[in-house]
Amino acid sequence: MAATRIEAYRVEADQLYESYRSLTLAEVKTVVEHLREKLRIHIVKMDVEEMVFDLIGADASFANALRRILLAEVPSMAIEIVHVFANSSILHDEVLAHRLGLIPILADPAHFEGMLPGPAAEANEHNTLVFELDAAFVLAKGETGRQKDSSNGINTCDASTLKAPTRNVYAKDLVWRPMGEQETRLAERVPQVAHPDILIAKLKPGQRIKVEGWCRKGVGKDHAKYSPVGTASYRLLPSIDFVEPVLGEEADRLVELCPMGVFDIEDLGKGGARGAGRKAVVARPRDCSMCRECVREGPGVDRVRLKRVADHFIFSIESVGTLAPDRVLKDAVRVLREKCTSLLEAIEAEGRGDGGGGKG
Amino acid sequence: MSGAGGGPYGHYGSGAGGGVGEGGTTGIGGAMARELSGVTYLCGDCGAQNVIKNKDPIRCRQCNHRIMYKMRTKRVVQFEAR
Repeated sequence: MAATRIEAYRVEADQLYESYRSLTLAEVKTVVEHLREKLRIHIVKMDVEEMVFDLIGADASFANALRRILLAEVPSMAIEIVHVFANSSILHDEVLAHRLGLIPILADPAHFEGMLPGPAAEANEHNTLVFELDAAFVLAKGETGRQKDSSNGINTCDASTLKAPTRNVYAKDLVWRPMGEQETRLAERVPQVAHPDILIAKLKPGQRIKVEGWCRKGVGKDHAKYSPVGTASYRLLPSIDFVEPVLGEEADRLVELCPMGVFDIEDLGKGGARGAGRKAVVARPRDCSMCRECVREGPGVDRVRLKRVADHFIFSIESVGTLAPDRVLKDAVRVLREKCTSLLEAIEAEGRGDGGGGKG
Repeated sequence: MSGAGGGPYGHYGSGAGGGVGEGGTTGIGGAMARELSGVTYLCGDCGAQNVIKNKDPIRCRQCNHRIMYKMRTKRVVQFEAR
């Protein structure tokens, strides 16, 4: 039944774009089976901030879907509403609020519900985290960059004002205020800023900032502050091979030509030190930046073949510090799976003839 | 005392909740309190606080500067962090 319905979604195959021709359900099944057998993930590098892995055997559309979800659709927490009680710093309230919004908040988005849209939505302990910031720069008596005018109690300006000291306000000055049962619920991992040393503002003597920031759960496509990654990108693995061997002094030349150090010299063990016993080999294809210097001129022009492996993606995820990179990847895969499920449900609902609105 | 609360800037009285001029006039409505005790402004030149009442000249008592700034509201202001 589904197989006949899916015909309706078929786009006429274009000769130029044969590979992007829509498939019948049977064809889709073979493709998926093939993918399931072939798909491999190999982690190359992994630390708290960055992760590099090879995604082998996948289609470009899959890799790109994953990348776009990583950037824009994995939820995270960020300050969304700022209540300003006092702000006598030079930063305008709006600018201060914007800066606070961009600070990465270390809190597990799985512990929170998303805020429902519309004015009826109410803040509660399940959708809102509250951070307080109260920073003032008060000079002790006698300590001064200014002079006190006793007549009106207000500091007057004089030349030394220019040298008045400055106090920095950092992200670590944001203090979490537990609401309701949050204190017990979030006790395992207390919400805090991911990086304590982010500069928020600078204060001159007598200035004060007192604000309250309300964090919400959101996604990067709504605002970049919600994006859990600094960047997520992929490139295809370069494939470099020789049509015919590059030997001797020409091999040395080739090694020098490559700015990324992709080639090495292999000693064939015969001939002199600079003789024909030396051969250029591809040692580090991953380091290749595809600059094409090796095939622009010199020995490589007609002997080096520079290509890419079409289904081998070198994927890199750089976390902003709120979620570990592997966690971001897992969340992204979950989002992708949910998307597929809802599409499938929509198609099946269509097949049964109860329109797009119904849930399967 | 003509035009009680109806001056050209009467609408200022609707929300600001008094600012500094409020002291000592508890129990009287915001607009009325302001009319009796005036509103505090900051001098644009020397920064001194000046209480200016209805029909008072707009001028700093310390330095005669004529540009005055209204003080920030004591209320909480809400912003979107976007």
